[in-house]
Amino acid sequence: MDVIFYISAIVALLCTIMVVTRKHIVHAFLYLVVSLFAISVIFFVSGAPFVAALEVIVYAGAIMILFLFAIMMLNLGKDSVKKEKVLLTPGIWTLPTILCVVLLIELVYAFRSVRLAGSPVKIIDAAQVSNSLFGGYVLAVELTGMLLIAGIVGAYHIGKEKKREYHRYLQTNDSENE
Amino acid sequence: MNETLFQILVIVGVLLGTVSLAAALIYVERKMLAVWQQRLGPNRVGPFGIFQVLADMIKIFFKEDWIPPFVDKKVFILAPTIIMLTVLMSFAIIPFAPGVVVADLNIGLLFFFAMSSLGAYTIVLAGWSSNNKYSLLGGVRGAAQMISYEVFMGLSLMGVIIQTGSFNMTDIVNAQKDVWFVVPQFIGFVIFMIAGIAETHRLPFDLPEAESELISGFHSEYSGMKFGMFFVGEYLGITLVSCLITVLFFGGWLGPSFLPPFIWFIIKMFCFILFFVLLRATLPRPRYDQLMSYGWKLLLPLALLNVLITGAIVLSAQ
Repeated sequence: MDVIFYISAIVALLCTIMVVTRKHIVHAFLYLVVSLFAISVIFFVSGAPFVAALEVIVYAGAIMILFLFAIMMLNLGKDSVKKEKVLLTPGIWTLPTILCVVLLIELVYAFRSVRLAGSPVKIIDAAQVSNSLFGGYVLAVELTGMLLIAGIVGAYHIGKEKKREYHRYLQTNDSENE
Repeated sequence: MNETLFQILVIVGVLLGTVSLAAALIYVERKMLAVWQQRLGPNRVGPFGIFQVLADMIKIFFKEDWIPPFVDKKVFILAPTIIMLTVLMSFAIIPFAPGVVVADLNIGLLFFFAMSSLGAYTIVLAGWSSNNKYSLLGGVRGAAQMISYEVFMGLSLMGVIIQTGSFNMTDIVNAQKDVWFVVPQFIGFVIFMIAGIAETHRLPFDLPEAESELISGFHSEYSGMKFGMFFVGEYLGITLVSCLITVLFFGGWLGPSFLPPFIWFIIKMFCFILFFVLLRATLPRPRYDQLMSYGWKLLLPLALLNVLITGAIVLSAQ
């Protein structure tokens, strides 16, 4: 199981790096989806099959499709590739990379002193997850629900449009007066 | 060792069985459509035209697999593989008979949801990468349709899961020993079937590829075996939804003991496949806004109500 964890962790890391460095938005997007799959495998190996399934259903299956939907609507083609090329000059990414490497070295140093206990994987099934969701964390669930309702109402309000007739025979007097 | 061999046999059997069944369905569908529309159907190749599929296969394999110069090549090639991959993976959780299942996952049904939600990528990516406005329109329609109908599909099955208390497919079949879930979960069954047709984007819900307005939509630019993959993927999708309806609502392999369990499963599955063909033969295609408002304004409240009532009954019975 450890081997699977390391393989999927490496895949996730590589894919995430590819997401940042790709110039074409849809290709970057596809790497992001693969990265989510790898994270789902990590969840599965760590004994959380329910969360692993939800990761694929919600993130890769729903949210990412909506992202792609927006990308398709905006029709980002050659112009965005050109813009990305300007963004990815060495002068821009050198300093953040150095800072990240410093953080990484610190992280490795910190983990070296901590002994990681190789505890056996405890599988947490769907019933346990829902018990804690609707038991101890019920307030958080309800607040999230409210947030979603607010989002839906807002989207409806923005999306609602007064019906306009463009044909001159169908136009009512109101629109002529405007 | 013997168990490993049996597992490998099951995997190979499911893979070959489903793919060849999907190919055979092309003939079955054309013949049954002909019967219901009072025509003759394919009758040139072999007796009753049963070698029509073979002829079609030879044709499609030897056709030039042309990639238009204006497409995004990598994504264009990737798109048709996704539908085959996700649908074939979904077959892994179907229990065909006691013990005959590729992966008896304890999150079985969730695995199917995950795979079906990934299936939407095939339409979106194919539509986008084709670099053609009709394909793009088909892709946009397909994405919206599949995301919307996934919601009701998930909710309609919650009743079954509440009654069983498990996502495992074998448990779901065993819970139907006394009465099939189609009786207590009739609303769930109807919603799941409608959502299933929309997920496989079959007629009457084939708006992403409506040939009369979008010249076959997201796969306009595809030819040869890449088109064949979309085509076979659609038939695999019908088979998958029929299998799922059988397992979730009609007791899977359960049946009177004069026939073996596997035969019962196949009989039930074929009934639903033929029902899907009958739907195609009879129903007209709705308008896009009708499809959306029908889903969100009728099916979603119904599915939620179904979950609420089932939950209340199960809770009060405890």
